[in-house]
Amino acid sequence: MKIAVCAKQIPDPATPYALDPTTHFVVRPDDQVLDDTDRYGIEVGLQLAEAAGEGSSVTVVSMSPSGSLQGIRQALAMGADKAVVIDDDDLRGAEALTTARILAAAIAREEADVVIAGTESTDGYSGIVPQQIAEILGMPSLTFARKVEKTDGGIRIERQTGGGYDVVEAAAPVLLSVTSGAVEPRYPTFKGIMQAKSKPIDTLTAADLGVQITTQQQIRTVEPVPARQAGEVIEDEGDAHERIVALLEQVKVI
Amino acid sequence: MAFMVFADGTGEEAPAAALEALTKVASLGGESCVFHVGPASDEAFAAYGAHGASKVFHLDTDNALPSAQATAALADVCEVGDVLLFSMGNLDRDVAGRLSARAGVPVLANAVDVALQDGAVVVTNEILGGTTRVLTGSMSEEATIVIARPKAFPAEPSGGGAPEVVPVPVPDVGHAGSAVVTEHHVEESEGPDLEAAKVVVSGGRGLGNAENFAIVEELAKLLSGAVGATRAVVDSGWVPYALQVGQTGKTVKPDVYIACGISGAMQHIVGMKDSSTIIAINKDAEAPIFGLADLGVVGDVHKVVPALIEALKTRG
Ligand SMILES: Cc1cc2nc3c(=O)[nH]c(=O)nc-3n(C[C@H](O)[C@H](O)[C@H](O)COP(=O)(O)OP(=O)(O)OC[C@H]3O[C@@H](n4cnc5c(N)ncnc54)[C@H](O)[C@@H]3O)c2cc1C
Ligand SMILES: Nc1ncnc2c1ncn2[C@@H]1O[C@H](COP(=O)(O)O)[C@@H](O)[C@H]1O
Repeated sequence: MKIAVCAKQIPDPATPYALDPTTHFVVRPDDQVLDDTDRYGIEVGLQLAEAAGEGSSVTVVSMSPSGSLQGIRQALAMGADKAVVIDDDDLRGAEALTTARILAAAIAREEADVVIAGTESTDGYSGIVPQQIAEILGMPSLTFARKVEKTDGGIRIERQTGGGYDVVEAAAPVLLSVTSGAVEPRYPTFKGIMQAKSKPIDTLTAADLGVQITTQQQIRTVEPVPARQAGEVIEDEGDAHERIVALLEQVKVI
Repeated sequence: MAFMVFADGTGEEAPAAALEALTKVASLGGESCVFHVGPASDEAFAAYGAHGASKVFHLDTDNALPSAQATAALADVCEVGDVLLFSMGNLDRDVAGRLSARAGVPVLANAVDVALQDGAVVVTNEILGGTTRVLTGSMSEEATIVIARPKAFPAEPSGGGAPEVVPVPVPDVGHAGSAVVTEHHVEESEGPDLEAAKVVVSGGRGLGNAENFAIVEELAKLLSGAVGATRAVVDSGWVPYALQVGQTGKTVKPDVYIACGISGAMQHIVGMKDSSTIIAINKDAEAPIFGLADLGVVGDVHKVVPALIEALKTRG
C-alpha cells in the first residue's frame, strides 16, 4: 500500500507571529516546525503501512515555501520513508486551491493508494484542502475520521458527526482526513532521528508540477478588534463559590 | 447575483445554519435558493421558504456519503456569478472544498460576516484569537464559495411562503462517489441542547481525568444548563465530540458560560467568546481565559466546583 501524508510546516505556534502590514502574509519565523495536527496523519499512515505489510511506503508531501526542512525531518524521524517538498517563493501566501492543486499533482506522481491529511491546519484552518485534493484526484473523501482501519482493498473510518459518529467505507484510492483523537502519535526515537538525516527528500517547484498559481481573493482591510473588557480576577480563599453564586443571582440564572 | 444556501439535511430538522444564511441573504436584498441534501422534510422546506428561499433543490443519496455526488449536482444547478453559502459542518466543508476544486472557484472560509461591496463578495474574518478583523474580497467572476461560522448572524423568518421544490437526480461520479455510510451512531447526551442552552458549563484538561468530569455535569444539571468541553478532553475520549466547543466544535452564546479547568486557547475562545457572562476557574493566574472572564477565580476546580455545587444545593 502506497501512502501519501500531507503535512504542513508552520511557524512554531509557541512563538508570537503577526501579519505583514503590506503583504498581509503571516510573518514566518525562519524556524518551521511540523504542524502538530499532521503528527496524527503521519501516525495513521505508519500504522496503515504496518498493517498492510511488505511493499508499503509512507511519503510525506509538503508545500513549504520557507526553505526550512526542520518539520519535514520531524516527520521522517517518526518513520516516514521519504518526503516530497514543494518549495517555491511564488507559493508564499498561496490560496487553498493552489495549495491543493500543488499537493494533488505531487501525490499523483507518487501513485498513492491512500492519501492522508489533517482536518484543518493550525495556522490556516480553512479546513478544505483535503477535500479539494480528493476532488482533483477523483477520490472519495473519508473525512473527520476519529478511527481508521484497513479493509480488504480499502479503508473504513468512524466519521465524527455533530451528534455522534457514522461508520463510512470506501475502496482505494481514497483520501482520509483524521482528527487528533484518531491515534496517539509516536515520538521519534534516537535511531529514527539519525535515520531521518539520510532519507530522500525530493524538492520541486510549481513549474515542475505544471501547476498555475492563481489568485482569486484579496485582503481589503486589516484592523484590530476592540477587546472584550476583562472583569475581576479573585484568588480562592475557600469562599470564591460565594462570589460565583452572587454573580449567578445578579444575572438571574438562579 | 443569486445566492445558493447549502443545507445539510442528513440530520433531523432544518439546519439552523441554513436559516441564518437565508436571513443574511434577505438582509442583503438577494434572491436565494437552497440546496438540501438528505431525506425530504416538509418541515425543513417550509422553514427555508419562511426565511426567504424561493426554490429548494433536493438531493437524497440514501446510504452513499453524499460529498462527491452533492458537489457534481450542485455544480450543475449553479450559475455564473452565484454566491454559495456553507456552514462549518462536515458535509458543508466536504462539498465546499470539492466544489471549489471542481469549478476552480475560491473559498472564503471562517466568515463571521458577508457583504457585497462594488458588486464583489466580501467576508469578515476574526483572526489571531479574535483580536484582528480582516476583510477579504473575492476576485472571481465565476462564482464564490463562502463558509460562514455558525451563529455569525441571527435567523429571522421574513414570512415567505412555501418554496418550489425541485428534486435533483443523483449524478454518477464514478469512484469519487463510492464511499458508503454503513452505520449511524447517536451519542445521547442529557439536558438541554448545547447550542441553545442559556447556561453552559464546560470542562477542560484541568479536571484531571474522565471521572472528575462528573462535577461539571452535576453543576450543569443544577443550573439547568448544558455540558461543554474542550477539544483536549474530547480527543482524550472523556466526552463525545458533540460536546466540543470552539473552532472545530460548536459555537455557543449562552447567558452564562462557566469554564472549569480550561486554559482559554484561541481555538476554544472563538466558540464561546460572545457569551453574555463568562466565569472561569483555573489554578493558573496567567491562564488566557482570565483575559475575557467577567469573573475569574484562581483556584482548584476540585475545591471550587464542589463548594459551588453544595452552595447551590443548600440554596434549594
Ligand atoms: C486547528 C485546531 C482546531 C482546534 N479546535 C478546537 C476546538 O474546537 N475547541 C477547543 O476547545 N480546542 C480546540 N483546539 C485545541 C486548543 O488549541 C487547545 O489545545 C485546547 O482548547 C486546550 O484544552 P484545555 O483548555 O482543556 O487544556 P489545557 O490547555 O491543557 O488547559 C488546562 C488548564 O487547566 C488548568 N488546570 C490544571 N489543573 C487544574 C486544577 N486542579 N484546577 C483548576 N485549573 C486547573 C491549567 O492551568 C490549564 O490552564 C484546536 C486546535 C487546533 C490546532
Ligand atoms: N502547505 C501544505 N502542505 C502540506 N499539507 C497541507 C498544506 N496545507 C494544508 N495541508 C493539509 O491539509 C490539511 C488541512 O489544512 P487547511 O485546509 O489549511 O486547514 C492539513 O492538516 C494538511 O494535512
